[in-house]
Amino acid sequence: MSEKVWIAGGGVISGIGLNLRECLRAFREMEPGMGAMKYLSSVHRNTFPVAEVKADNDTLADMAGLPENISRTALLSLIAAREAWQSSGLDDISRYRVGFVSGNTVGGMDKTEDFFAEYLADNRKGRLQQVMHHECGSVTEIVADAMGIRHHVSTISTACSSGANALMYGYRLIRNNIVDVVIAGGTDALTRFTLNGFNTLMILDQQPCRPFDETRTGLNLGEGAGYVVLVSDSLAAQLQPWCRLSGFANANDAYHQTASSPDGTGNYLAMKGALDMSGLQPQQIGYINLHGTGTGNNDVSEGIAINRLFAPHFPAMSSTKSFTGHTLGASGGIEAVLSAISVKEGIIYPNARFEHQMKELPFTPATAWSEGNDLRHVMSNSFGFGGNCSSLVFSSF
Amino acid sequence: MLTIYINGTGCISPQETAAGGPLLARLHEYEQVRLATVDPDYKQWIDVKQIRRMSRVVKMGVGAANLSLQAAGIAQPDAIVTGTAYGCLDDTGVFLTKMVNQQEEMLTPTAFIQSTHNTVGGQIALLLGCNGYNNTFVHRGFSFENALLDTVMMLREGNAQNILVGGLDELTQHSYQILSRFGLYKKEPVKTMELLKSPTRGTIAGEGAAFFTLGTKPGEHTAAELTGISTLYKPMWEGEVIGHIMKFLEDNACTPNDIDLLVTGRNGDIDQDDIYEEVVEALFPEHPEASFKHLCGEYPTAAGFGMWLANGILADQAVPDVAMFYGKAPRSIKKILLYNHHQGTHHSLILLSHVE
Repeated sequence: MSEKVWIAGGGVISGIGLNLRECLRAFREMEPGMGAMKYLSSVHRNTFPVAEVKADNDTLADMAGLPENISRTALLSLIAAREAWQSSGLDDISRYRVGFVSGNTVGGMDKTEDFFAEYLADNRKGRLQQVMHHECGSVTEIVADAMGIRHHVSTISTACSSGANALMYGYRLIRNNIVDVVIAGGTDALTRFTLNGFNTLMILDQQPCRPFDETRTGLNLGEGAGYVVLVSDSLAAQLQPWCRLSGFANANDAYHQTASSPDGTGNYLAMKGALDMSGLQPQQIGYINLHGTGTGNNDVSEGIAINRLFAPHFPAMSSTKSFTGHTLGASGGIEAVLSAISVKEGIIYPNARFEHQMKELPFTPATAWSEGNDLRHVMSNSFGFGGNCSSLVFSSF
Repeated sequence: MLTIYINGTGCISPQETAAGGPLLARLHEYEQVRLATVDPDYKQWIDVKQIRRMSRVVKMGVGAANLSLQAAGIAQPDAIVTGTAYGCLDDTGVFLTKMVNQQEEMLTPTAFIQSTHNTVGGQIALLLGCNGYNNTFVHRGFSFENALLDTVMMLREGNAQNILVGGLDELTQHSYQILSRFGLYKKEPVKTMELLKSPTRGTIAGEGAAFFTLGTKPGEHTAAELTGISTLYKPMWEGEVIGHIMKFLEDNACTPNDIDLLVTGRNGDIDQDDIYEEVVEALFPEHPEASFKHLCGEYPTAAGFGMWLANGILADQAVPDVAMFYGKAPRSIKKILLYNHHQGTHHSLILLSHVE
């Protein structure tokens, strides 16, 4: 059995770049991805900024090598999953027992919502092709089939922590000797369904979001996909892995369907559990990639839980959602890739637009890009609706 | 290897499965293409005010979860793992319809909040006050199986003693309409007890929730252990399925001869039932066989109903007449192999063994 599980590579597509290097460049150059909606069609086009992937479906379909009428969620997923695989140095996929574990929140909803307009007018109408991939699992299978993955395919949907939970499950599939390699992460495209849903909750900011800032008023939605390649010890020995996935925990806040508890119970339990599994003390964490959505509720709960666990030794921290927006089911995957490369290259990401310290918290996020820091251990937080809280810890060798 | 016990089960289905009593003693016989759950009185578990706001899938999930915990005598599981292919379709449909009809204006949050796939798992945790591990698998015909695999791994890792795991899906007006257009269902109504002999294409639509409390120590009423679980995605041909079953049995230290009863996911669609014939002919030609989808209908997490039935059969050491498909029920039932597939693409195997 594999004792450890390693990150052999990763891929990202998001509102700040079509691949990981482009995304890193955007952080370095302080170029957040929010702007007016260009590809999503919505009556709220001029009200809410979003972080869209800067390419239309035809372009993405070309990149992915899939038909352009396929759900954007699947196009994004395949592009990032392929980048992750190529970066791992594993070469021919058919040589390994491979699993694909992908998180998403609304599957092929981008097509379903187009279908529904015609269907509601007459339930014999609407092109069935548009609902064929409505199911979350169907989006995963488009990608698994395109990449030739059959040993294990699964889809996780725990709202905004889906991508993080995919990494945990992938780790355990390797440890339990079910597969040797897992591509794990998440994907979500922007849809009117989620945009309007978050709007009813009144947690969308009409300005670019300000995570962990006293003046924050909500989040910006984003879209994208992010995957890491997890490998067993024996495969890692032949590769140049980035780092290890050394710890993780999943806990439930059990407080409210959409809101976090004021003291961040679930957040605390997830971070504490992940540290315990890694065998680390809080002061050994060098950087935290925050969940940091920019809503009043999330940032205070997350911050209070961090204060309780880390005070007085606060690591550097920042919310990369200040660049990518909140990519929902993809966020855990995207931020896992950013955290893994952070361990490898010593990167601390800037938290854009931070100006005012939150009155409840004794710490402030990092505001400038830096690399080459000595980061042995990096934590990534993902919290979601349904009380689902997850934390991951990435460690150097 | 660590033994994993089924210490409690709860099932809400188109049959009278939530009321307790002898297994499937009173058959609900239907002559329709769409089955709906027989609902228990949800007030026994959920506050009346909350019931009104909950969709059917959440209610059936909370109900089956509670039944299973009660049967196991467990107040608080260490983890909750849910499998649902479609998630909360009803609330999704409500929000989507209003969004389209009202051109994205004047929408209210309730349906959106309850539309996320982890609503059921989240609600169970909320009602139990359970801060433990909570995960939701949403992978088509593997949703329940992946939840089960996650549970088995976690118990083997030693990080939990008791885990609540379940599979569920609801059928709604919209999903039935749309899935019908894909040609999944029979054109004419079929009687429950005639479905599996039906000579035509298509099956009947179903829904339901089945939850299990699995533990590393047996409880007072434990009748079965979960010996193995495996999935096979998009096999190229029948031979691959047969090979996979042989390998699965071998991995679990048994042969077809050790299987006392085969439980299959036949659904009355002549095309889809073909593979069961092939498997039976190749590996289990003389084995007694029971089936269950004529009772609960076809849905992606129907294997949960099958596992509930198999556990009940091991407990009673008898097969209900209405479930028997071929041969005579054996007098002593030690091992049951559940073989199910969903739409020919998602095949799964669940092996249960009797606990004396």
